[in-house]
Amino acid sequence: MKIERRAFLKLAGLSAIFGLGGTALASSAKQAPAYIPDPKELAGKRWALVINMDKFQSEADVRKVIDVCHTIHNVPTIPNTKQEVKWIFTEMMENVFPEQEDKFLTEHYKRMPFLTLCNHCENPPCVRVCPTQATFKRKSDGIVMMDMHRCIGCRFCMAGCPYGARSLNWVDPRPYLDPNKINPEYPTRMKGVVEKCTFCFDRISIGQKPACAEASNGAIVFGDLQDPKSDVRKVLAETYTIRRKPELGTRPSVYYVIGGKKDAGKGA
Amino acid sequence: MLEKALNGGKLYWTWIGFLLAVFGVGFLFYLQQWNVGLGITGMSRDVSWGFYISQFTFLVGIAASGVMVVLPYYLHDYKAFGRITILGEFLAIPAVIMCVTFIVVDLGQPFRAMNVLLHPTPSSILFYDTIVLNGYLFLNVLVGWTCLHAEKKGIAPPKWIKPFIIISIVWAPFIHTVTAFIYAGIPGKHFWLTAIMAARFLASAFASGPALLLILALIVRKFSKFDPGSEAIQTLGKIVTYCMIINVFFLGLEVFTAFYSGIPGHAHAFHYLYAGIDGKGVLVPLMWLSTILAAVSITMLVFPQIRKNETLLAIACVFVFFSLWIDKGFGLVVGGFVPNSFERITEYWPTFAEFSIGLGVWALGFLILTILYKIAISVKEESGGEAIH
Repeated sequence: MKIERRAFLKLAGLSAIFGLGGTALASSAKQAPAYIPDPKELAGKRWALVINMDKFQSEADVRKVIDVCHTIHNVPTIPNTKQEVKWIFTEMMENVFPEQEDKFLTEHYKRMPFLTLCNHCENPPCVRVCPTQATFKRKSDGIVMMDMHRCIGCRFCMAGCPYGARSLNWVDPRPYLDPNKINPEYPTRMKGVVEKCTFCFDRISIGQKPACAEASNGAIVFGDLQDPKSDVRKVLAETYTIRRKPELGTRPSVYYVIGGKKDAGKGA
Repeated sequence: MLEKALNGGKLYWTWIGFLLAVFGVGFLFYLQQWNVGLGITGMSRDVSWGFYISQFTFLVGIAASGVMVVLPYYLHDYKAFGRITILGEFLAIPAVIMCVTFIVVDLGQPFRAMNVLLHPTPSSILFYDTIVLNGYLFLNVLVGWTCLHAEKKGIAPPKWIKPFIIISIVWAPFIHTVTAFIYAGIPGKHFWLTAIMAARFLASAFASGPALLLILALIVRKFSKFDPGSEAIQTLGKIVTYCMIINVFFLGLEVFTAFYSGIPGHAHAFHYLYAGIDGKGVLVPLMWLSTILAAVSITMLVFPQIRKNETLLAIACVFVFFSLWIDKGFGLVVGGFVPNSFERITEYWPTFAEFSIGLGVWALGFLILTILYKIAISVKEESGGEAIH
C-alpha cells in the first residue's frame, strides 16, 4: 500500500503525541517557515464571474473557453457521456434556467449554448453535505475548494449540488488525457474522487484571472463582489443579471447577462 | 453459544455453501470494481447513486423495524412477542451490516472510509448516519446476545441490560429518520425535498421489516422444532397491514401535492417513474409492478379471514416486501436524479457486475442471519422457547 504524504505526516504526528517519536515533539518547537503568499496574488473577499451571453456570438467562442479550461486543468475527454468529467460546459438556456421556461424565447437564445460551471455559492449545499470536509469554502475569498486527497467518493456532494457542476472520476482519468497536452503545472486525478471548477485559485494566487475569463475576449468578467469598484460590480450596477436557481438560497457567485445592452460590461 | 452454528444438517450446510458461493461471486466482481472504479456500474454523472445506495436505504428500514417486536414486548409486556424478540434483534444485526457494506462498496475511495471519523463534520447527515448505524449495531449485538445467553442458562436477563433495551427502542426510529434526512434536506431535488420523507421511510420500514420477519418466523417453524407462535405471527400480520396502508396513504399525499399544485418540478419524477418521459422509462414496469403488489397485498391483508390463513398471509407479506423493495430500494433514489439538474433525462439501470456485488452483500447478510438464527433457535429448542422475563 502506498502511504500518501498526508497520511504519513498524520502518523508521524500521532506517534509524536504518544511519545513514540522520542524527541520529535521537543524539536517541533522550531517554527517551520510560514507560507509566504506571492506578492502578485489577487486580493478579493468574494470572487465572482459575470458571463455576458450577448458577447458570445457562436458556438466556437464558447468552445474556446471550455478547451482552455479543460486543457490547463488536465480534465480528461471521456467519450462515454455518462462518465464525463467537466468543469465548464454548455447546456441550452432552457436547461440552464429550467424555471425560465418560455417557448417564445428569441431564436438566438434557443440555439445558443450557455456556459455553466460551479457557482461557488455563498451557501454551498455540497460543502454542507460532505462528510469529510473534502469540499470546503475558503474563508478568505469564498472559493468552494476541493481536496481530492481527502475525498472518499461518496458522491453526496453530487446529489447535493443543484447545478450539476460536479463530476466523479468513474474510471482512471489519466488514459483519457492527451499525453502531448498534459499540463505539468497542474495535478492529474485518480479514480473514485469528485472534482469540479476551482475558480482557478492557483492562477489567482499568482496574480492571474481565471482561465475562462482570460480566454473569453471580455465576455466573462471576473472580480470581487465585496469591492464596489470591482469589474463585476460595475457590470452588475449597469446591467440586469440573473443567477441560476436563486430560490434555493445558495447565493451563486456566477451571474449571467442575457439580452442586455450590447456594450454591457464595456467598462470592465 | 457460537458452537451451535457448527452443528447443522445437510440442508443447513448446503444453504451456507450456496450463500458463500453467491458472496464469492459478488466479491470477485467487487475486485473488478476495486481495479476499474465505479465505472463498471450503471451509475453516471447524472444518476450518481444507484442500486447500492437504494439497497442501503431499504435495509436501514429493515434494521429499524426490529423495534416493532421489541417495543410491544418490553414496554407493553406483550408476551406473545417474547418468543420472537430475538428474531427481530438478530434480523437487525445483519441488516445493519449489509447497510454498512453497501455504503463501503459504493465509495469511490473505500480505503479512505475512515476519513468520516478522522474529520468529523457535524453539518453532514452522512456523519450522523455513520454514528447511529454503528451505535444501533452495537446495541442489538449487546441486547440480543445478553438476553439469549440468559435464556440459555435459564435465568432472567441481568438488570443492567434494561437501559440498553430502552435506548435501542428510541434509537431505531432515529436511524431511519437520519437516513431520510440524507434525502429530505437536499435543495433542488423536488422528489426528495419533502417534509414527509422520514414519516414515509418509517411507514414503509415498519411494513417491510415485519413482513420479512413474519416470513422468517414461518420458515423457522417449518425447519426447526421452535414455534414462534401463531399469536405472534397474527400480530405481525396486523402491524404489516396498518403500516402498509399508512405507507400507501403517505405516497398518495405526495402524488396529490405534486399534481394538484401543477408545479412541474414536483411532478417530473412521478411522470418519469410511472409513465416515462420522451419515451424513456426503463423503470416504468417495475414501478407498476410495485403498485400492483401493494394493491393486491393490501386487499388481501385487510380481510381478517385471509390474514388468518398463514399461507395467504405469507404470500401477502412477500408481496408487501417486494413492493417496498422496488419502491424504496430502487425508485426512490433513482427518481430523485431523473430528470437531472438540467431537466434532462439520463436513465439508470444496474450492470450485471453491480447487481452481482449487491447480491453478494445480500448473501453476506443472509449468511450472518442464518448463523445468528441457528444459534438462537438451538437455544430456544433447548429452553422450550420461553424467555424468562
